[in-house]
Amino acid sequence: MIATRDAYGEALAELGGENDKIVVLDADLSGSTKTGVFAKKFPNRFFNMGIAEANMVGTAAGLAAVGKVPFLSTFAIFAAGRGWEQIRQSVAYPKANVKIVATHGGVTVGEDGGSHQSVEDVAIMRAIPNMTVIVPADGEETKGAIRAVAAYKGPVYVRLGRNKVPSVFPAGHKFEIGKGVVVVPGTDLTFITTGLMTAAAVTAAEKLKAEGISARVLHIGTIKPLDKELVLQAAEETGAIVTAEEHSVVGGLGGAVAEYLAETCPTLMKRVGVYDRFGTSGKSDELLKYFGLNAETLIEEAREIVSRKK
Amino acid sequence: MKEKIADLEEKARRLRVAIVKTLHKSQSGHTGGSLSAIDMVCALYFHKMRHNPVDPAWEGRDRFVLSKGHAAPALYVTLAECGYFPAEDLMMLRRLGSHLQGHPDSKGTPGVDVCTGSLGQGLSMANGMALGLKLDGKENRVYAVLGDGELQEGQIWEAAMAAAHYKSDNLCALIDSNGLQIDGDVAKVMNVSSIADKFKAFGWNVIEIDGHDMAQIVAALDEAEAHKGAPTAIVAKTVKGKGVHLFENKASYHGVTPNDDELPEALRCLGCCD
Repeated sequence: MIATRDAYGEALAELGGENDKIVVLDADLSGSTKTGVFAKKFPNRFFNMGIAEANMVGTAAGLAAVGKVPFLSTFAIFAAGRGWEQIRQSVAYPKANVKIVATHGGVTVGEDGGSHQSVEDVAIMRAIPNMTVIVPADGEETKGAIRAVAAYKGPVYVRLGRNKVPSVFPAGHKFEIGKGVVVVPGTDLTFITTGLMTAAAVTAAEKLKAEGISARVLHIGTIKPLDKELVLQAAEETGAIVTAEEHSVVGGLGGAVAEYLAETCPTLMKRVGVYDRFGTSGKSDELLKYFGLNAETLIEEAREIVSRKK
Repeated sequence: MKEKIADLEEKARRLRVAIVKTLHKSQSGHTGGSLSAIDMVCALYFHKMRHNPVDPAWEGRDRFVLSKGHAAPALYVTLAECGYFPAEDLMMLRRLGSHLQGHPDSKGTPGVDVCTGSLGQGLSMANGMALGLKLDGKENRVYAVLGDGELQEGQIWEAAMAAAHYKSDNLCALIDSNGLQIDGDVAKVMNVSSIADKFKAFGWNVIEIDGHDMAQIVAALDEAEAHKGAPTAIVAKTVKGKGVHLFENKASYHGVTPNDDELPEALRCLGCCD
């Protein structure tokens, strides 16, 4: 168990030693986003921009324009929310080589409550042309993803979480931008999941097996561009899709899969996520249960959708 | 030096003619703010900045950011005059398929390094460039042209704070203070005065000039380069639509182009007989 933000801090500091073009910007949250690890190692390549996200995004775009590889971090609500139009104009429109790595995505921010729980960031980032949107499942995938986005030329949004999450992938897992991973094979339905919901889907699939339901788990680490091949394969081969994400059902992974399948292979579908509402204060495990973002919900939805197939 | 100034003045006159002709052709674009900024843009490209039109991506170049991106015609005619692209391209301004977008687009136009147009963002990008160049130990400078109405955007002041914090003395902001914005007088829409005091309070070196006096522009740019330890803001008092009395000091010419009736008189004002 490791938090994806911790894996990020470690990976970034490691990459900093390999590529001196990497510079890092933060908006007064370097302790929480873990960019502080890089800052300690490479103080002259770290810029604390204060509590001013709009300027941080523009500054990163300027650094990219002179050949740097900027990573900027803050909480997802501020990175995507406060910086949205700056990301659109200064980063995505010119295809600037800026990496936005947002931590504290979703409801597992916990006690800070609805003001700080970003359930819309994937949707609003995904809507911007030229953007790549990545939501890793665990620490290992995060390390691989950070390495991959550093090597990729262009704007990327990576969404990470606050809390420790169960491991899904083995050490040294190689991340490929745009490629999904079938984590558990199955034939009756497919859980198409991202972020911490992939681990929940693995648990759900194991339990469903005992009931005689064969659930495939397709992890989508890159929400944009979507791995259409694996999604279509899942729809054609299993005939039922349950998406799950720690995000609004509007415009995130569920939205992306629904948009694609509606036009290519209309399939029985259920989106598990936050149903068009704000978050609320509570402990993160309580909130996951409260919003139905757990294996139990997935099991229920799997049973339901498999029964509808008949 | 006198000769140099006279040369730059003549250059600026020619660029004004090009702006008027370009905007008359496109029948879409921003006349007033292009004519108020052009003397400064001219001084930058033909006097101050190190740049190479044959190699737009030359590493040794100084950087330019047109934060008030709607003055794109001022930048485009200057880049064409420098030779970054053929002057004929100007006749395609804002047309479908043209690299000359309504607002500067780095993806298509040689000599344009960043995308601007949404106000308030250019100074942040200039900051980033300045930080990056310093990090590499380069002497190159970064220039950003801002509008006075644009200063109403909060991001400008985030950027002003950061540039002073990081002592970015390789950064120079030129404020084209023509006193007008779309809805009218800047002072009436949302007063930004005193611009000089605000930048001073944020820790900047501030120089106040007449933004149409070429000698003052050149002297201010030289002074800015010599100033160490803080970024410089050149607060330039300008006239919107400068050079053509039909357009001068008229907010209504912010986003309106010269029509067929106005063109001959506009060109006559600019000493153009053709």
